[in-house]
Amino acid sequence: MPMLEVTELGISFGGLRAVDELSMKIEQGGLVGLIGPNGAGKTTVFNMLTGVYRPTDGGIRLDGENLIGKKPNEICRMGVARTFQNIRLFPNLPVLDNVKTGLHNQITYSLFESLTHFGGYRKKERAMDERALDILKVFDLDGMASYQAANLPYGKQRKLEIARALATDPKLLLLDEPAAGMNPNETAELMETIQLVRKKFGVTILLIEHDMKLVSGICEYLYVLNFGRLLAEGTPGEVLKNPEVVTAYLGE
Amino acid sequence: MNKLKSYAASKRGRDSLLSYGIVIIAYIAMQAVIAGGGLSSSLKGQLVPICAYIVMAVSLNLTVGILGELSLGHAGFMSVGAFTGIVVTTALADAIPSAPVRLAVAIAAGGVIAAIAGVIVGVPVLRLKGDYLAIVTLAFGEIIKNVVNVLYIGRDASGLHFSLLSQRFELAEGGKMIINGPMGVSGVQKISTFTSGVVLILVTLFVMLNLINSRTGRAIMSVRDNKIAADSIGISTTRYKLLAFVVSAAFAGMAGTLYGMNFSTVTAAKFDFNTSILVLVFVVLGGLGNIWGSIIAAALLTVLPELLRAVSDYRMLIYAILLIALMLFNNSGLKRRIIEKRGLRQMEKLEKADMAGKGGA
Amino acid sequence: MTFLNHLISGVSLGSIYAIIALGYTMVYGIAKMLNFAHGDVIMVGGYMCFCATAYLGWPAWMGVVLAVVVCTALGVVIERLAYKPLRMAPALAVLITAIGVSYFLQNAALLIWSSNPKSFTSIISGEPIPLFGGRLSISRITIVAVLACVVIMAALSLFTGKTKMGTAMRAVSEDKGAAQLMGINVNTTISVTFAIGSGLAAIAGVLLCSAYPTLMPTTGAMPGIKAFTAAVFGGIGSIPGAFLGGVLLGLIETFSKAYISTQLSDAIVFAVLIVVLLVKPDGLLGKHVSEKV
Repeated sequence: MPMLEVTELGISFGGLRAVDELSMKIEQGGLVGLIGPNGAGKTTVFNMLTGVYRPTDGGIRLDGENLIGKKPNEICRMGVARTFQNIRLFPNLPVLDNVKTGLHNQITYSLFESLTHFGGYRKKERAMDERALDILKVFDLDGMASYQAANLPYGKQRKLEIARALATDPKLLLLDEPAAGMNPNETAELMETIQLVRKKFGVTILLIEHDMKLVSGICEYLYVLNFGRLLAEGTPGEVLKNPEVVTAYLGE
Repeated sequence: MNKLKSYAASKRGRDSLLSYGIVIIAYIAMQAVIAGGGLSSSLKGQLVPICAYIVMAVSLNLTVGILGELSLGHAGFMSVGAFTGIVVTTALADAIPSAPVRLAVAIAAGGVIAAIAGVIVGVPVLRLKGDYLAIVTLAFGEIIKNVVNVLYIGRDASGLHFSLLSQRFELAEGGKMIINGPMGVSGVQKISTFTSGVVLILVTLFVMLNLINSRTGRAIMSVRDNKIAADSIGISTTRYKLLAFVVSAAFAGMAGTLYGMNFSTVTAAKFDFNTSILVLVFVVLGGLGNIWGSIIAAALLTVLPELLRAVSDYRMLIYAILLIALMLFNNSGLKRRIIEKRGLRQMEKLEKADMAGKGGA
Repeated sequence: MTFLNHLISGVSLGSIYAIIALGYTMVYGIAKMLNFAHGDVIMVGGYMCFCATAYLGWPAWMGVVLAVVVCTALGVVIERLAYKPLRMAPALAVLITAIGVSYFLQNAALLIWSSNPKSFTSIISGEPIPLFGGRLSISRITIVAVLACVVIMAALSLFTGKTKMGTAMRAVSEDKGAAQLMGINVNTTISVTFAIGSGLAAIAGVLLCSAYPTLMPTTGAMPGIKAFTAAVFGGIGSIPGAFLGGVLLGLIETFSKAYISTQLSDAIVFAVLIVVLLVKPDGLLGKHVSEKV
């Protein structure tokens, strides 16, 4: 059974069919790309997968469990975490606390302990600090743990967002244009980090990119979306040779 | 690195202890001034209200500063607390002869009933956003005022009697009206003291500072900073919004009880829209999310009109001008530049550290 | 017949609320701020007209003109001095400043005119007009209020829809930055909006005091809040919404007073607002804007 199974997914906004009859299967441990030109509906797919939008038709199953109709926070607790195209950090919180917020459902203590700091508060907070710093280390952000997130440079903000998503201990990680706005060096470095993350955290990754060359380097399998419909799928080699894909990207 | 690991727990723990220390020292200093006769009677009369307003401001800061939702009806919860406290102390007058214990029970009851009111108001209100949420909290505040205004509660040998709109019960011989509709309450035994006010401030500080430095507090702040992101990392935004709102209401209720038990006459009209606004002014001037700012602003701005008594007729006008001037300065280019510089410096430091780190490794 | 009487006074009160709400909605639509001082501009309008007629012996229409002129100027001055420097500041800072302005106006009025209520002479004299052979009567001020409200609503709709300044207003309300890039003078546009809003407040103030002839420094506060409620009720930023909201609010208030309870009428008005917002979170005629993810 595939980890994520999307069947004939579709959504309409008023009269506009943003995504139509999209089917995808992602196996455990995979690193899969969702590509397509601007406005193809890629982010809309993410929004449906994470419960931000409710699909008009079709089904989404994670390890056999239905995700449709669930709230975003419930879907996260079921094991799907994501980043956003326009970075959404908690700008007023320190870097460390951004990640600790991601640990909210991983290391828990009661409301009473929150209000009084009695009981397991100290031990649990220390465990959170340690875990958060471990994750930050992967992204080389541990030295900036006490800085306010808003003051990080752009590239580091993108990394912090991935770190925060990983803190929720997801089975499936959705990355929405993780390399957007980065220079070629930063992008190459990020792609390495993504592969490292997959190994270290044992997480399945689906990532959105519109730069095909970029993803073809690291993804094992690609889905190509155009005008909300699946245009092609296959290994990067197959997809890049597909004449329809070439047309969609380069025009006639 | 070890330093960083214990960064959160220990540093913040120290800050909290410092906060309690400052409050206690301020209390002792005030007591010394009172003992030395250095306080005018009008200022002495302000001591308990100042404590109540401090608790109001700190609790409203939880909703406005920490949760990031504008509430214009905070005085409604204060009203609920005040009148609950009065009913409870009157009902328990014989059962609990010790005034401080009776006050403590009343404050607890005021907090609980205000928290319940907080749930009733919060569940519908928190579905709305921004200015809509603000206007609905204002509406609820006015509704609470109007309803308390038509509330009649009396007590006699057979127990408590309630009615709305008009007094529909007869009290037996020796019975007593507790809340008398628009006339409110009169002849309350004043049992609030400056000491009890300071204790309530300490309890409020303890809970608020703990809350902010906890997973619950972080969840609340994450909802403020980015609701969609908070939702995406598994935080139930509705739950934490409600939680913050209810805790905030509970402390407003306790402040209300403290306030109510300081006067012999209390009417519902005292806790109207203007009081909500007054407390909001404390919170904004003190700085959103800044607990100490709220405390200082509440204390100073409650005393300010008293200090301006020399220019009696003009004092509220001066207060208004000061308020506008302060807001203009707070948001002036001058101040913005100072803050931007600080942010830039942190960024620079960070870049340098980054370079050094790379060089070292 | 009593029902019809209540209906008429409800529409009358509602028309006054609607005029205030129209001003509120214009200012909110463009400056995106809750102008809590708006209610106090109403009060200033009332006092201006009162001074002109009672102290200077001017005819009523000149009193109205004076009120409109003074309030329009006051609105522009307030905007320039207190709100314009805060264009980039957080919404709460502007809100608190507006509250400061409200305190200022109320206390300035208190110093000038004292807290003793002034009894306002209606700007429209004459006996109520009898209907159905005298079983029902409509006061002349009611007719004037309703007519004024309808004319103002129509004029504002035409103005924002058809004129160059109106288009500029709509552009500024959508996106200040983009409007500026298109060569629209944002500052002038905002000033004009405040001028219109405050001028309307003056008219509402005169009508309000003519219908309910007690004038105090706090006279404007509650109608201000209610009219704001009305604007939200109808969908803030929407001109027909403010009109609808105002009239409905006046009707609800009058009928609650008549049939349920005088003391609870405000509570009922606010309760209806809450219910409406829960069912339609953007008000009756408001536009829904959702956040893009």
